[in-house]
Amino acid sequence: MYQYDQYDQAMVDARVEEFRDQVRRRLAGDINDDQFKPLRLKNGLYLQLHAYMLRVAIPYGTFNSRQMRKLAHIARTYDRGYGHFTTRQNIQYNWIKLEEAPDILAELASVEMHAIQTSGESIRNISADQYAGAAADEICDPRPWAELIRQATTFHPEFSYLPRKFKIAVISAAEDRAALRWHDCALRIVRNEAGEEGFEVYAGGGMGRTPFIAYKIRDFLPAAQIFSYLQAILRVWNLHARRDNIHKQRMKILVHELGEEEFRRQVEEEFQTFLALGTDFPQAEYDRIAAYFTPPPFEAGLSDDIDRSDPDFALWVDRQVVAHKAPGYAIANISLKPVGGIPGDISAEQMELVADLAERYSFDEIRATHAQNLVLPHVRKADLYALWQALDAAGLANVNLDLVTDIIACPGLDYCTLANARSIPVAQKIAERFANMERQLDIGELKIKISGCINACGHHHAGQIGILGVDRKGTENYQLLLGGSGAEDTSQAKITGPGFDEAGIVDAVERTVERYRELREPGERFLDTYRRVGLDPFKEAIYG
Amino acid sequence: MRILTGNDLKSGAVIWWTGRDWSLHVEDAADVGEHGEAVLAAEDGARRVNGGYIVDAEQTAEGPRPAHIKDRIRALGPTVRPDLTLKPADPTAGDWVI
Repeated sequence: MYQYDQYDQAMVDARVEEFRDQVRRRLAGDINDDQFKPLRLKNGLYLQLHAYMLRVAIPYGTFNSRQMRKLAHIARTYDRGYGHFTTRQNIQYNWIKLEEAPDILAELASVEMHAIQTSGESIRNISADQYAGAAADEICDPRPWAELIRQATTFHPEFSYLPRKFKIAVISAAEDRAALRWHDCALRIVRNEAGEEGFEVYAGGGMGRTPFIAYKIRDFLPAAQIFSYLQAILRVWNLHARRDNIHKQRMKILVHELGEEEFRRQVEEEFQTFLALGTDFPQAEYDRIAAYFTPPPFEAGLSDDIDRSDPDFALWVDRQVVAHKAPGYAIANISLKPVGGIPGDISAEQMELVADLAERYSFDEIRATHAQNLVLPHVRKADLYALWQALDAAGLANVNLDLVTDIIACPGLDYCTLANARSIPVAQKIAERFANMERQLDIGELKIKISGCINACGHHHAGQIGILGVDRKGTENYQLLLGGSGAEDTSQAKITGPGFDEAGIVDAVERTVERYRELREPGERFLDTYRRVGLDPFKEAIYG
Repeated sequence: MRILTGNDLKSGAVIWWTGRDWSLHVEDAADVGEHGEAVLAAEDGARRVNGGYIVDAEQTAEGPRPAHIKDRIRALGPTVRPDLTLKPADPTAGDWVI
C-alpha cells in the first residue's frame, strides 16, 4: 500500500497545526461559527445530533494493522469505544470533543492518515473495489490509479471550492463491487484490442434527492490521459454548475440538463485544451506510485484444499470467502452485521483483533467495503480455519454476505442532524425477523439498503429492497422501494406506494420476500424475479 | 411551552437553557416564552453554544418533553445504544422518545 514520503507527511502535519490554530481561535471567540464551519468541514469535522463527528479517510478502503490499531486507540481514548464504517469506505466517530479534535488529527497523521476532504465541497475519498489487488477477476490492481488521482486532486486549487461534493470510484473487474455508476465520475479499467490499459469513463451519477445513474461518456480513454480527462469533466461542471440552487449543484443535474451528448461534447472539447497544455502526469510518477502496490510475496505451491469437516466453518467459507488470484489464497469477508447489531459499528477491541489477524494472516492488509464490512484480502487457505476461530470468538464470524441481514443502513435519526427517521432500528428488526440461517440461505442474495432521509447515504435507490425514512407530520414513516442495484447491472429502485410505520415496514419487507419465494424460478435471485415479473405482483402482496 | 437547545461549543454535547445557564438535562429546561431569540443572541455572543434554536415542548410530570422526535432523541441519546444515553441504567428510557 501507499506510504507517505517526506512531502506527504509534511503536508499532513502542517494541516494538523493549521487546524489546531483554527480551533484555538474558535474557542477563544476570535472567529464565529459561520467562519469556523467551512474550516472544520475541510478537516472532516461535522456537528451532529449529539456531538461533533469526525470522518476519517481510508483511501480506496485500504489500510493496515498499525492504522487499525490507531483507529482503535482513538475510539477508546477520544470517543466511546467504537467506530462506524461508512458507505464510502471511511470510518467515523460520533462523540468527538472540539478541543481534542486537533490531537486526534495529530494521532492520525502519525500513522499516515487524515480527515482531509471527507466533507465539504471537495473531491471526496475515492472508493474502489474492496478486493483490489486480490480479486481473481480483475484486469489489474486499480489502486495505483486511485492513489494517483488522489494525489493529483488533493489540495489542487481548481478543486478546492467545487460547486458541491464530487465522488469518484475506480474498479478493474467486470463485477462491480463499488456501486460504480452511482458516482459523479466512475472509472472502469479495461483493455482495448491492442491490449493497452485504459478507462471506460462514466459521469453524472449520484443518489440523493434526484438520483441518476451515470452515463458512459467514453468507451476507452488511454490510461495515461486520465488526469487531463478528469480535469476536463470537473472544469465543465465547475463552469456551468447551478450555484444559485443548492439542490441543483451536483454534476448529475448538469449532465441531465445539458443532455448526455452535449455534456460529452463539452468535455471532449475541454479535454483537447488540456492535452495541448500537457497536463498528463509523467509515466515516472505512475511508476513511483504503482511500486507501492506490488503484490505481497505469495508463497508458491500451496494447496487449494480446505478441510470442511467443521460444518459451521464450512458455512462461513461458503458465504464469506471468495476467490483470490493467487493459488492457495482466499479473500475473507468479515461481516459487521451481527443480527441485532448496528451495521458498520465495530468496538475498539474488535478493531485490535482484526489488526492482529491482518498482521498474522493477510500480509498486514485490511479493506473497508462500501457495504460497511471489512475484508482480509490475502489469506492462505490453510489459515482460514484458525482465522475463523479467532473471528468467531470475537463475534465477527457472522455468515450473511449479500444475504437479507447484510443490510446497509445510514446512521439515521439516532445520530444524524439531516435525518428524518431512524434507520438502525429498522435494520435491526428486519435482521431479527430473518435471523434464521436456513431461511436466509433459502432466500439467497437480497441486498436491503436503508436511508433515514432523501440524501440517501444508506443507498436506498440501489437496494434490491430499498427503504427511505421520511418525516410525516412529526412521525417516522418508511417508504418501500424495489428493484435497485449498485452492481454491474445498475438500476434505480421504484417506490411501491404509501409508506409504513416502523413495525409496518418490517412486515411489508417480509410480505415482499414471501411473494418472491412464491414467484421465483430455479436459480433466480430476488432481483431477477422482480425484473421478470415487474412491480405489480409485489404491490399486491405488500398492500393487499 | 418553548425551550432552547444547542450544542456545547467545546464538547458538542446537547444542552438546554435553564433560565440562567445550560444543562445536559432537558428536565432542567426553562420555558422562555417569547424571549428565546434574545436569549440565543446573547448566548451566541458568550460563545457557549453552537447552533442554538427554539423547540416547542409540552410540560409533563417528568419535565419538558420536546414536541418533535428529533429533539427527544437529542435529549436522551441514540435509541439504539441505551448505554450511550443520559439514562443508561433505565432500559425503558427509550419509550420516552417514541
